[in-house]
Amino acid sequence: MTGMADAIPSVNLAPLSLTLILLGGALGGLARYWMTGWVSASAGVSFPWGTLVVNVSGALLIGMAAAAWMPPGGLSEAWIPMWAWLVVGILGSYTTVSSFSLQTLILLRDGRPMQALLNILLSVTLCLSAAALAYTAVRGVIGRVSL
Amino acid sequence: MISQRPIYLAVALGSGLGALSRHLLSVAALALMGPTFAWGTLVVNLLGSWLIGFYAALTEPGGSFAVSPATRQFVLTGFCGGFTTFSIFSLEALIWLQQGRVGMVAGYVAGSVTLWMLAVWVGYLQGMGINRLERRAR
Repeated sequence: MTGMADAIPSVNLAPLSLTLILLGGALGGLARYWMTGWVSASAGVSFPWGTLVVNVSGALLIGMAAAAWMPPGGLSEAWIPMWAWLVVGILGSYTTVSSFSLQTLILLRDGRPMQALLNILLSVTLCLSAAALAYTAVRGVIGRVSL
Repeated sequence: MISQRPIYLAVALGSGLGALSRHLLSVAALALMGPTFAWGTLVVNLLGSWLIGFYAALTEPGGSFAVSPATRQFVLTGFCGGFTTFSIFSLEALIWLQQGRVGMVAGYVAGSVTLWMLAVWVGYLQGMGINRLERRAR
């Protein structure tokens, strides 16, 4: 494993990995459906808050997962099934780019360019900050515990 | 009132298959293009954005294809949602930031968002184009 493969663990094509990704993906999709429904019910549907909440919370969780299991030297063999299930399956499927794109397009089509721009800026900045903050926080805790 | 059970089943099945397809495509991209850039994530997010625009236009009320709510959710919320990913996209950007590749992150993020929006727009226009042809033929 070199370069990006060091950084993002390359989960292999083993039947166990593929099964865990399929099952995790189904769970993540259900969680997304439930969460977007819940947020839309409370915040309304005039702005895609549901997708934003899903993507930001998913970025937060992936930052935590990376801090916990992804040392600079790469993922250890023992954690590969966990990574396949939780990160590639559940978190990968829980968050979505396709709904984000479609909802932004619909805002543009309906003549609301400022809201479309706001959706793009909020999604990008909040997701990246959430992942970075969660990673830093969990790394800090791990560092203190192991001292 | 539509029963929710077929919808849940459609979302779960579609999302699982979407996630599996994303993984297979990422493995293929890693083998073909190498590990220097996140080609897999870029390609799945592009294809997923195109597909959701295309299918949403075709199956909207008055569109060419009348499908059941469960079928529509299988493709839109299920497959497209599970196939594309904002979290892994964020993680890749974070890792490059930590490696000090600030320019690469800026390019990846701005380029990705621009391409996703172009893809969903093209898909939507193609779907609407088919709807128009279909309406004229009727």
